Amino acid sequence: MIAMIDLIAHVLLLLLMPPLLLGVIVKTKAAFAGRVGAPLLQPYYDLIKLFQKGTVLSRTTTWVFLAGPTVTLFAVMVAGLLVPLSGRPAPLRFAGDFILFAYLLALGRFFTALAALDTGSSFEGMGASREVTFACLAEPALFLGLLALARLSGGLSLTALLGGQVGGAWIAAAPTMVLVVGGLFIILLVENSRIPFDDPNTHLELTMIHEVMVLDHGGPALGAVLYGAAVKLFVLSAVVARLMVPVASERPVIHWPVFVVSMLLVAVLIGVVESVMARLRLLHVPNLLLGACLLTGLGFILLLGSSS
Amino acid sequence: MSSAVDAMLVMVLLLNFFVLGSSRIRSIIYTVAGQGVLLGLLPVMVHEGIGLRQAVVSVGAIGLKAVIIPRMLMRAMTDLPIRREIQPLIGFRTSLLLGAVATAASMGLAARLPTLGSAGSQLLVPASLATILTGFIILTTRIKAITQVLGYLILENGVFIFGVLLLEAMPFLVEVGVLLDLFVAIFVMGIIINHISREFSSVSTERLSTLKE
Repeated sequence: MIAMIDLIAHVLLLLLMPPLLLGVIVKTKAAFAGRVGAPLLQPYYDLIKLFQKGTVLSRTTTWVFLAGPTVTLFAVMVAGLLVPLSGRPAPLRFAGDFILFAYLLALGRFFTALAALDTGSSFEGMGASREVTFACLAEPALFLGLLALARLSGGLSLTALLGGQVGGAWIAAAPTMVLVVGGLFIILLVENSRIPFDDPNTHLELTMIHEVMVLDHGGPALGAVLYGAAVKLFVLSAVVARLMVPVASERPVIHWPVFVVSMLLVAVLIGVVESVMARLRLLHVPNLLLGACLLTGLGFILLLGSSS
Repeated sequence: MSSAVDAMLVMVLLLNFFVLGSSRIRSIIYTVAGQGVLLGLLPVMVHEGIGLRQAVVSVGAIGLKAVIIPRMLMRAMTDLPIRREIQPLIGFRTSLLLGAVATAASMGLAARLPTLGSAGSQLLVPASLATILTGFIILTTRIKAITQVLGYLILENGVFIFGVLLLEAMPFLVEVGVLLDLFVAIFVMGIIINHISREFSSVSTERLSTLKE
């Protein structure tokens, strides 16, 4: 019974909650700027509007152009099924699934980049090249962080990495956990093209990364892109939220509300970071990513040092 | 208590990386000063309870490493025309990577060493070795004299961390002597920097390798 409730809550939250996070981030930024800001549910209205529109396709595009948003959306959805959102076992789990998790995100990125290249626009090619470059640098940081978690929990699936043992890991190796959470938070920002890596609101093609890749998408395809991006934000935020608020309980009445609140907190945190920081110069982005690698790598090394 | 020491040592390691990756000399000075404060608190945290010795070493270290020397360096900065280390011998990213390798290596090395009287935490020895190596990297790869002084300071910070481990066994005078040595060395270097900049209108030590009449 509890497993059933967990499954339903997991899928419902994964499907319905992502745009809310965007709304919370926008609202936080508005509060910092002293504005009222768009309604919390605005991202939902936008998506509904986009899905009702028709599509205009460029004559240079092929099937890849439409496959891009679709594959991306489903890849991040499946990745979301691997994460134990509330600390209870995830719907999909097996030993080593954190590698699948990382490469599902990479698959989504690959297809977004392909769709961008398919349009034949030079701007979109530039965006794709940047996105892929930064992803290359972000991947080692993600893996080192997950390795540290795997070492701490002794398991190889995300359910073990982020499940009930996280609280124990904080007690056993607090410095490592701080470093890993810091590194993964930077990954969260770069993977979702948030400030300081990319400004989701910018409309200057020369400086855009993620947004520039989807310039040619319109209507339902753009809706799928935006929804996929929101789900990706949700999935990676869930990883960070699990590590920051490691509540483990058997009762759905407790752990699901805790999860929702911790997700909203992460969204507010992202909003605060975006409000107080400026976008980095493109040349400085690799330095910050290298910093993320160092953070998670140092966390991992600390574990090796203390256990031997 | 041990986890607080661990956290401080991790902070020290992170500050090492920040110094390796930063090009602004002012922020490096602030970072080294911050490291000095952490190191000053270390003897008190490691040897639980505050005796007179710990207090004197602690206050002396903070005063010297975090206040006096950074202030002298800042004063030197106001006279110098440089604000940044622009062209180190190896780039910032490479030196960051070198720093990471050095940290990993010192973790491995410390695991192999016979354990010294393990007061405090297991991180003390590796953190000390990593900081010494970081100072060494800065000292050898940067060109500006002032950054080299900062490298020397970090090197000494590493030695200080090691000294914390032996605070019980080491005579008080030795500790104070080390701090005094450091002070004199920085003082001399400060004078040298000033002279270099006055004579050659540049503080790049590379220029010193060519002799002039």
